[in-house]
Amino acid sequence: MQTVVSQTSPPKKSVLYDPKVRGVFYQALLVVVVTYLFYVATTNAIENLQRAKIASGFGFLDVTAGFDISQTLFQFSAAGSTYGEAFLIGLLNTLLVSAIGIVFATILGFTIGIARLSSNWVVAKVAMVYVEVLRNIPLLVQLLFWYIAVLGSLPHPRNSYEFGAGFYLNARGLFMPRPLYASDAWLIAAAFLVGLVGTFIYRRWAWRRQEQTGEQAPVGLVSLGLILGLPVATWLVLTLAGANPIGVEMPERGTFNLTGGMQILPEFVALLLGLSTYTAAFIAEVVRAGILAVSRGQTEAAGSLGLTPGQTLRLVVIPQAMRVIIPPLTSQYLNLTKNSSLAVAIGYPDLVQVFMGTVLNQTGQAIEVIVITMGVYLTISLITSYFMNIYNRRVAIVER
Amino acid sequence: MGLDAASIEAARNGHTGDSEGSIREPPSRVDTVGEYTNMKKAIAAVAFGLTAGLFATGASAQATLNGVKQKGYLVCGSNTGLAGFGLPDAQGNWTGLDVDLCRAISAAIFDDPSKVRFIPLAAKDRFTALQSGEVDVLSRNSTHTMSRDTQLGLDFPAINYFDGQGFMVRKKLGVSSAKELNGASICTQQGTTTELNLADYFRANNMKYEVVAFATSDETFKAYDSGRCDAFTTDASGLYAERLRASNPDDHVVLPEIISKEPLGPAVRHGDDQWGDLVRWTHMAMLNAEELGVTKANVDQMRSSDNPEIKRLLGTEGKFGESIGLTNDWAYRIIKHVGNYGEAFERNVGEGSRLKINRGQNALWTKGGLQYGIPVR
Repeated sequence: MQTVVSQTSPPKKSVLYDPKVRGVFYQALLVVVVTYLFYVATTNAIENLQRAKIASGFGFLDVTAGFDISQTLFQFSAAGSTYGEAFLIGLLNTLLVSAIGIVFATILGFTIGIARLSSNWVVAKVAMVYVEVLRNIPLLVQLLFWYIAVLGSLPHPRNSYEFGAGFYLNARGLFMPRPLYASDAWLIAAAFLVGLVGTFIYRRWAWRRQEQTGEQAPVGLVSLGLILGLPVATWLVLTLAGANPIGVEMPERGTFNLTGGMQILPEFVALLLGLSTYTAAFIAEVVRAGILAVSRGQTEAAGSLGLTPGQTLRLVVIPQAMRVIIPPLTSQYLNLTKNSSLAVAIGYPDLVQVFMGTVLNQTGQAIEVIVITMGVYLTISLITSYFMNIYNRRVAIVER
Repeated sequence: MGLDAASIEAARNGHTGDSEGSIREPPSRVDTVGEYTNMKKAIAAVAFGLTAGLFATGASAQATLNGVKQKGYLVCGSNTGLAGFGLPDAQGNWTGLDVDLCRAISAAIFDDPSKVRFIPLAAKDRFTALQSGEVDVLSRNSTHTMSRDTQLGLDFPAINYFDGQGFMVRKKLGVSSAKELNGASICTQQGTTTELNLADYFRANNMKYEVVAFATSDETFKAYDSGRCDAFTTDASGLYAERLRASNPDDHVVLPEIISKEPLGPAVRHGDDQWGDLVRWTHMAMLNAEELGVTKANVDQMRSSDNPEIKRLLGTEGKFGESIGLTNDWAYRIIKHVGNYGEAFERNVGEGSRLKINRGQNALWTKGGLQYGIPVR
């Protein structure tokens, strides 16, 4: 102790007045206080739950659920499935709508953000109106609009809109043929994977060749051919050889509704539309800010090099704008994921609706259920941020 | 982990936790130290405040009645809106059979049926609200089941409506039995026994269905009414109540099957026996009054009755009110302000209401029903 003091403060001042020591002390104190608070709150809660004869612990996750869910990504039945499986169903439904919503919102957001900067007056104003309307109306109201006003006015199943090829639309959702995979369907999946790997290798080769020789290769066309062409070719070969790798199950009219085939629920569509269009308005503003942050000189320089406006945008402006865009874009992705919990208002079985709604109520274990739910959203958000940060580092300025 | 790292770090810097007691402050340092002590006090205050406030409901488990008397009003968890059971009328006054039970409790305690604050609760929030102490009593057409009784920390002191689950469909579907619902979409409210019975029924009858579950009864019925579902399911009483809200009530028909037992009643927190007794005997007083022919109109004359049962009920004989922490005229107050069970039934859900439900299982036991008043003795 003596030596430490003499090292850190040469004029033999008391260790008590060393700002560094004090800093560490306060931090340690804070950790102790927070840990103590957490400990007391937990033990107190457990004690009170026991005294009030309220069940506690996580054992309920193994208990048979006894209720059904409308959209299940894996086999779930009231008879045999547990609350734990109900949790997974809800989690997957949340991830599904968030992932697809993020893709749609990004595409739409970039399009509108760029359109708002268009030199075409009409396009720019339409984009502006879109942004101002969508982002200034509460999301919940928009969801109810999509669900009740738009999808709710679709016809009864007996008067479904028919699009041919087994596609129907009615108040119960969108119906389409469902692919049935035979045992040799894995060949097609394998062909798809081969196509993906091939595309990756080809792109690297093309890039290196361009670096060395300046010659450009038709990357887009070849990629498309590899990714789509290979599986289609495999399917053709298999079919010609007499095998039937992929069959289809067509929706048919039943007593109440169309049966068979694949059904996309109106709750899912309403939530997806609401989330993507709403978040797209914010993403559009982020994109616009990012593009405006790239100095005009860059565009002018690109123009003087003979690049077309499209090339300028794609090769010069967007790559530089991405540095400004990525951090706020990440926030928008997180918002979209968290906003998906508004599903509860329109009956889409997401994590909050299934787990914090039905499971919480049937088991009565509010504390456990809410802790798990908060943990899940935190985890999803942290993982999203993590990957966005990796991407951010990749697009950051590389000093040469 | 964090704690260990921090204390190791503190030790490495030559600092131990107990040195804070041995501060010898030089005069120039007074201000800082004063600040330091203040901060310590603040942290302690926050720590204890948080700890005490976080989950403090357990401490008051035995004292709901005292709490209600102290507040001067009863907090009653009610339905978000179910005609006949709990619904605010055009003037904003809550009415209904479940609401009247709360009014009766208020009348018994305060001699005034209006000292109730109603908190509308969705099915999925109701038990948490009761557990956490947000409401004193939950009177919201809730089914008494074993798991709710034993795992949720609740007690169901009385059954004020014997019900069963049914289905409603559109007439034009041409369905006349629930057995014909194979393949139908069914709207239901989540977090209810209804949701579970529905799954049981279709499983037992080997039928397929698509469930669409909503958080509130309002959303559920709206979805059914807009055509999202073929059938709507809830307790039979609820079906009649909700049908009134349909854009055209005559287009809908309630199917004959009753697929479950739904004993509906008020719920209280487990462990406060005095309060549970009070709620139970409020309901029993209304039942006994009906059985003995004591009504809102004649209760004052009945006070001078010679019938010993009526004397005990109305408190002119015995000290039954005191045994539940009230005055001996507790039941007189209930009948005077709210009326007996039969009157409340007819007014809210029976012939005197738009629902026109007949007494059925809810008739007195003397008339072939299940409502049986436990004697006041």
